[in-house]
Amino acid sequence: MELLAFGDTGWGDELFRATLMTIAVSITAMIIGFLFALIFTPLKLSKNKFLNFIANSYTTIIRGVPELLVIYLFFFGGTGAVMFVASIFGYNEYIEINAFITGAFAIGIISGAYSTEVFRGAIQSIDKGQFEAANVLGLNKFGKFFKIILPQTLRLAIPNLSNVWQITLKDTSLISVTGLVEIMRQSYIAAGSTRDPLFFYSFAAVLYLLLTFVSMKLINRLEVKYSRGY
Amino acid sequence: MDLELMINSLPKLLNAAVITLKLLSVSLIIGLFIGLFFAILRLNKNIFISRFAYGYSYVFRGTPLLVQIFIIYFGLGQIEYLRSTVLWVILKEPYWCAIIAFALNTSAYTSEILRSAFQTIKPGIIEAGKSLGISNKVIFYKIQIPIAIRQSLPAYGNEIILMMKGTSLASTVTIMDLTGVAKYIISTTFKPIEVFIVAGGIYLFMTFIIHNVIKFLEKKYSFN
Repeated sequence: MELLAFGDTGWGDELFRATLMTIAVSITAMIIGFLFALIFTPLKLSKNKFLNFIANSYTTIIRGVPELLVIYLFFFGGTGAVMFVASIFGYNEYIEINAFITGAFAIGIISGAYSTEVFRGAIQSIDKGQFEAANVLGLNKFGKFFKIILPQTLRLAIPNLSNVWQITLKDTSLISVTGLVEIMRQSYIAAGSTRDPLFFYSFAAVLYLLLTFVSMKLINRLEVKYSRGY
Repeated sequence: MDLELMINSLPKLLNAAVITLKLLSVSLIIGLFIGLFFAILRLNKNIFISRFAYGYSYVFRGTPLLVQIFIIYFGLGQIEYLRSTVLWVILKEPYWCAIIAFALNTSAYTSEILRSAFQTIKPGIIEAGKSLGISNKVIFYKIQIPIAIRQSLPAYGNEIILMMKGTSLASTVTIMDLTGVAKYIISTTFKPIEVFIVAGGIYLFMTFIIHNVIKFLEKKYSFN
């Protein structure tokens, strides 16, 4: 237990901060994922074959390739890409990008592919009559989308989005390979310096379980909120 | 784009893909048996037994696979007692540690898939078996299991693909699987995009094959 003490003697405060970092990365990645879904869901539903192809390639590649490989691509490739852009502007020094940004972006792109599929499924399962009714009421495009389609989509999407959130949360453990100090990395450091890996990795498992448990409870509430009237 | 590097790294990556496939197939086979075992426990009428099975799948599905591998590979070696038993022959090998972690992880998901498959079997089918005078054991093996397998094929296909991606974590415990070799080539050549295209392409190809095999099986075992 003294291993978990707060302050200089234990790892309690470090692990607490690491847990906050995991939450921060997960939320950032989830938001980046939503942004990607916002771009790619319309492309998936579009009638244009070329746009379809782009969106399908995105979701197929990301969902068919291991997360770790994607993270390595961003970790090793991200710096190169930024330095290449900088060199065009005449800046040739070494640039190191923040591990948080690289990690959140890599996980965000992965989570976005899953979110895209969820939103596509949800929009497709909305009754055609709803679109027609919105047209008949003379709503403009924005009103139709935000007042009629989106609330219904959310209701259908939330259970599946909660799965995406779980996947995203667990995927953030992989960012530890890039050195970002989240739960996994902090446990690795603590396990190395105390030579007690069994305790710290088990504790990390408990922290992840706690995070999934609490987030499931919160999502269940959201689900209830959005199913009002059903 | 460095085409030469892509061509040169292809044989190395293909060799590594064989290791990925080995890890995948061994852990899937072990995981299927453990998963079936836990699915049966889950359906037990005894609340403690079914709760235990639920807890098992909850813990393995609620924590990252990386934590599970690290607990087994780094953590278990710490227990002095284990080091003196026969188990240590297995546990000191990263290869087997990875397989144990993958098998336990996939068994948790498999048990959920099988449980819901068992639960969707219509009671009438079992009753029909009973009224024909077939013993409970035969009903289970000859009626319930075949139907459950058919029901769970689509979900299990997804699980195989997820597990294939999961095997990439073996590279974190020094195993040179497809991702491990890809990372090695990236870190020595600093050409992430080229290597990603080749390694990612191999992964996608494997996903494609698995997807189609499952589709074929689904058609073969469909009721109509």
